[in-house]
Amino acid sequence: MNILHFLNTFFSDGANWHGQNGIPHRLLEHLQYSAIALAIAAAIGLPIGLFSGHTGRGGYALSAFATGARALPSFGLLVLMTVWLGELGTTPAMIPLVALAVAPILVTTHEAIRSVDPAPVDAARGMGMTSLSVLFQVEVPVALPLILGGLRSAAIQVVSTATIAAYISLGGFGRYIIDGLASHTYADVVGGAVLVAGLALATIGLFWAIGRLVVSPGVRRGC
Amino acid sequence: MNSQRKNTWSSPRNVRLAAVVVAAVTAAPLLASCSSSSGSKDPLAAPKAKAGTVVVGSNNFPESILIGDIYGEALKAKGIKVSYKPNIGTRETTYGMLKNGSVTVLPEYNGALLAYLDPKAAPTTADATASAITAKLDPKLTLLNPAPAEDKDSVTVNASTAAKYHLTADSTIADLAKYGGQITFGGSPEFQKRQQGLVGLKSEYGLTPKSYKALDVGGPLTEAALKNDNVQAADIFSTDVTIAQAKMVTLKDPKNLFGFENVVPLVSKTGLPQNGVDALNAVSAKLTTQALLDMNAQVQNDKKDPLAVAKAWLSSAGLG
Amino acid sequence: MSAYFDIPSDLQHSYLGLIALHLQEALLPVLFGLLIALPIALVCARFGWLYPPVLWVTTVLYAIPSLAFFVVLLDYTGDSTTTVEIPLTVYSLVLLVPAIVEGTRAVSPDTVAAATAMGFGSLRRFVQVELPIAVPAIMAGLRLAAVSSISLVSVGAIIGNEGALGNLLHDGQIYHRNPLIVTSVVTTALLAIVVDGLLVGLQVLLTPWQPHGRRAARRARTAAAVEPATEAELRPGQEADAPVLEDAAR
Repeated sequence: MNILHFLNTFFSDGANWHGQNGIPHRLLEHLQYSAIALAIAAAIGLPIGLFSGHTGRGGYALSAFATGARALPSFGLLVLMTVWLGELGTTPAMIPLVALAVAPILVTTHEAIRSVDPAPVDAARGMGMTSLSVLFQVEVPVALPLILGGLRSAAIQVVSTATIAAYISLGGFGRYIIDGLASHTYADVVGGAVLVAGLALATIGLFWAIGRLVVSPGVRRGC
Repeated sequence: MNSQRKNTWSSPRNVRLAAVVVAAVTAAPLLASCSSSSGSKDPLAAPKAKAGTVVVGSNNFPESILIGDIYGEALKAKGIKVSYKPNIGTRETTYGMLKNGSVTVLPEYNGALLAYLDPKAAPTTADATASAITAKLDPKLTLLNPAPAEDKDSVTVNASTAAKYHLTADSTIADLAKYGGQITFGGSPEFQKRQQGLVGLKSEYGLTPKSYKALDVGGPLTEAALKNDNVQAADIFSTDVTIAQAKMVTLKDPKNLFGFENVVPLVSKTGLPQNGVDALNAVSAKLTTQALLDMNAQVQNDKKDPLAVAKAWLSSAGLG
Repeated sequence: MSAYFDIPSDLQHSYLGLIALHLQEALLPVLFGLLIALPIALVCARFGWLYPPVLWVTTVLYAIPSLAFFVVLLDYTGDSTTTVEIPLTVYSLVLLVPAIVEGTRAVSPDTVAAATAMGFGSLRRFVQVELPIAVPAIMAGLRLAAVSSISLVSVGAIIGNEGALGNLLHDGQIYHRNPLIVTSVVTTALLAIVVDGLLVGLQVLLTPWQPHGRRAARRARTAAAVEPATEAELRPGQEADAPVLEDAAR
């Protein structure tokens, strides 16, 4: 009974491939939780990070906020939101996931904009570009690789942590791990772990591909 | 310039050393999680209890913790050294810990234990339940006397579902089966795969719910899900104080799917001295369903600590 | 207040006892992780070709969700604190190896050459020159490892009361005592913030040559708050992403 045996048991079980508890359905749920959480976190983190990075203000407040956000225990927050909100929908799971993802997005975006070489920025200003044009036509393209790095870091943590949503009766790959622990079916636990890890690695691949597509070749070479 | 230094570093000996360090250190966790599994048939290799100390375990719900406390304190009263391992997990886990000796005494429910050991068994009396368990029980373990106190799994519907389908305290699970396609059923993750669970509900009553929501072992998630109508029916313990509070309806189980659920100490044969056996049997003789209900209410409603509740009951029963 | 601090007997610890247990379960792994990461980083710094494969292994390990890691280990190490500490050691390792490697790589070649010219051997140069200069980067990794470790210990509650302060979450649920859940979350967050602050203090002590005014502290903290984790992940086929940790080292 080794890990490979467990994997074989799990993936060759036909019941794990269709229906409500099938891998395709659980994958969709896992992707759904992760994507929504990441989208909300990006909607909060990107504008604030861009603005504070551009104006150079609020760095201290941001780092204090990031330290605080990271200090929040995701699992504890999940349980707390469940009992406070008194419901079993996706909201209690979204709050800890968003809290987890906001910090890296916010801080990396801020730092990315701050670390853009001042020379082209000054040149752009000298050419009479407006503040917004400077931000979106000069700073953002140059900072894009770092900003994507922050989003990727957040995405990986969210994908991995979305596992605990199963603790409050939600779906996703965590279902296999929680149910496998409760019924002592180790094949399910190992299978679920491999699926989550695989999804996290696929996320890295996705962000790499996005980087190839959207980052200007000049910027890529410049680093 | 520093090529000479570099050479010393990458001399064959150093390279080999480096390779070994990296390989060993990075591979160790991987290997540990892959290879050591081969041959370990018993998955719960927890350290053995210290000789002479009785380890009282319990499952991860308040009543089990409470009864564990009662057992432990009763043993202490006889001068036996006790250590607690409370709130461990599900039966699937705790049974393994009893077998390998890391737990000596565990509060059990005879019907649920039998369903775990022999999913096909369907005894019709309490005695038949006991002998069926003994036949399948690990040879290192034994059951002591069962208490009159019972706490069953039950199929319970919330107030609105009961009203909608006209279910009353006289209705049976079969009455709910007709509406199976319209209800979401809630229960513990393990309930899905147990005979005393979805499997039996289907084979005995033809109840196949539209969907299943994995919650917890008749705990706060299940209670909340029923109250909020996230699920319309759920597996919840018959001694749960919220059933009466939230005007839920427990359906009758005429086929005894959830069998006899008397509280019974499951113990390791070698780990417990005779005076300990006597002490636990004395507890069983006095532990009634009403006593259990009262104590659960003290823990759940009055927020008293289970250990304090256990001690108070033991002294009132003359066993402390 | 008693609703918040009366710890249920089944946890077998006082409030302070849970805090001590939590710190032990969270910080011992970080210490072990550092001890294991140093030799790996040393070797990776010397033999550049080893670094990508090591990063791959650590990235894959980091992708395993903590809960699954705990549950699988339950098979081998049983219901014990070791089961929680091993995964946390691995996660710390994963954060620390890149922090140390990137930190030492960022040391200026002139400094390295000067040390070599002074007759420093490779190992001695690593320990006495490159490591100290890389302290800010290493501390950034250490802070992240410590804070995430403190947070992750709580998940141990699911595998049978091995989550220290996290056990209060489960007990708060089963006994319908929500204040216990608040206690758990708030205490865990405060522990993380305090430990983070202590590590910042340690960094000040370890780098007496750095300016430590308000401005400098602010810059260091903001930079350190950038996730070194981003560097733990691989950048297949390219080195395009500017190393975040260099920011921290600056």
